[in-house]
Amino acid sequence: MTQPIIEINHVSYRYEKENVLEDINLTINSGDFLGIVGPNGSGKSTLLKLILNLLKVQKGSIKLFGQEISRFKDWQNIGFVSQKANSFNTGFPATVFEVVSSGLTKKLGLFKFMSKADQATVLHAIESVGMHEFAGRNIGELSGGQQQRVFIARALVSEPKLLILDEPTVGVDVKNVQSFYEMLDDLNKKLGITLLLVTHDIGTISDKVTHVACLNKNLHFHGNTAEFESLNINEMSEIYGHDVHVLTHNHDHHDHHHHDKGAGR
Amino acid sequence: MIAGILQYEFLQNAFLTGIIIGIIAPLLGVFIVVRRLSLIADALSHVTLAGIAASLLLEKKFTGLAGLNPLYMGMAFSVAGSLFIEKLRAVYKHYQELAIPIILSGGIGLGVIFISLADGFNTDLFSYLFGSVSAVSRQDLWTILIISVFVIALVVLLYKELFLLSFDEEHAKASGIAAKSVHFIFIVMVALVIAASMRIVGILLVSSLMTLPVAASIRIAKGFKQTIFLSMLFGEISVLGGLTISYHIDLAPGGTIVMIAVLILIVTILLKKIAGMRPA
Repeated sequence: MTQPIIEINHVSYRYEKENVLEDINLTINSGDFLGIVGPNGSGKSTLLKLILNLLKVQKGSIKLFGQEISRFKDWQNIGFVSQKANSFNTGFPATVFEVVSSGLTKKLGLFKFMSKADQATVLHAIESVGMHEFAGRNIGELSGGQQQRVFIARALVSEPKLLILDEPTVGVDVKNVQSFYEMLDDLNKKLGITLLLVTHDIGTISDKVTHVACLNKNLHFHGNTAEFESLNINEMSEIYGHDVHVLTHNHDHHDHHHHDKGAGR
Repeated sequence: MIAGILQYEFLQNAFLTGIIIGIIAPLLGVFIVVRRLSLIADALSHVTLAGIAASLLLEKKFTGLAGLNPLYMGMAFSVAGSLFIEKLRAVYKHYQELAIPIILSGGIGLGVIFISLADGFNTDLFSYLFGSVSAVSRQDLWTILIISVFVIALVVLLYKELFLLSFDEEHAKASGIAAKSVHFIFIVMVALVIAASMRIVGILLVSSLMTLPVAASIRIAKGFKQTIFLSMLFGEISVLGGLTISYHIDLAPGGTIVMIAVLILIVTILLKKIAGMRPA
């Protein structure tokens, strides 16, 4: 049975005079892997802030796990990896294990120490992002993509049911993007974590996502990936407001169609 | 020298105090360095100087205050200075580092005025500026011991929070831990440890004991806990080595301690270079 995790109904948002979001309707069900793409300034970060309750809803309503957002308390069920996560001090002398452990700080509470079971949870989170070999390495020695995985592990360690990722592939090597998505796919399929991923780059949306939505003030929901791929270039331009150049992962040449991504499925 | 320590109380005071600050100064130093707040230690040490000078001045003007331990006034000034720094950082949101030179120069300015008002406490002041083996009293030792128990307990209890605050302040705030309170406790601890350390290392060199051992260990350590451990080890070697040398050839211990810390730093940099050249 699919349970709605996020329900957004007729949400609009404006900063002073400018409308940033207009009548957004979106439902994310348990087990979904939704990719939201939108150009810069399309209201992506505003939408995320609304979902994370960092901004108050002005018009419409948002429900999280079936509960009105203003009354929602179980924030440990939601993991968030911000875009800023990879702008940390790379010279910081902390191991991957220590960084991931820090994700338990709030959950453990003041004056509490990590138990054996907590340490196992941390190791498990590190394993689930494929970084177990690096648990003892300093975070600064890792590549951008590996660091991003560590931050995902940090979000996973409190065992969230929903994981929200803001531009997670920024700073990840092009050649590693594919395996990065495979890792997300594992989290989604094997651990049953609902994923919401936001990016400005259509090209980095992988075939691993189950649903795609395009955002530019308005939200165009395209259901499954196949539907999204069948969009023609005119519709795409309408959303983005200019000519779109879609880059695919598997090809070196630029292409105007978002095709062939399903080859591996 | 062992016989000397057993025999003379002042040597016991100096070495025991040295052992304690060799642990707590680098312990807090690790958090200071990774949070890029190294200069705060310098600012606060100069404020401590103003407190010491004020205390010495009062002692001179009012004979009734003759027994007053300048350490207490130094601590009070240091803690007050730390609170001012926090206030100023909030006022100058976009120029947070400006708080440090403001407090630093304010501290020196005040200190110089107090010193000139009470001309003639040169030798005493000298020991505060550069540290002293002979000037540490039993009362100093007890005060410093109490502070260190308090500081170590707080660092252990708040370790998770301090780590998260240092590594990722944004995330710390977002995840709902009491970042502001933890930071406040931290900065007060720093102020206390600076005042406590100046007896041995001297006001002008206190910050070095908080930063040099950390600078060395950060080059070679794996992980945060190891960084803390190595920093304390290097701090301890510097303090004990420095005190021993300064006792034997009658030098100000501040200088010898700092020079050993610098030496350790150079060795770790060279070691890392050599390790880097070796084919893996």
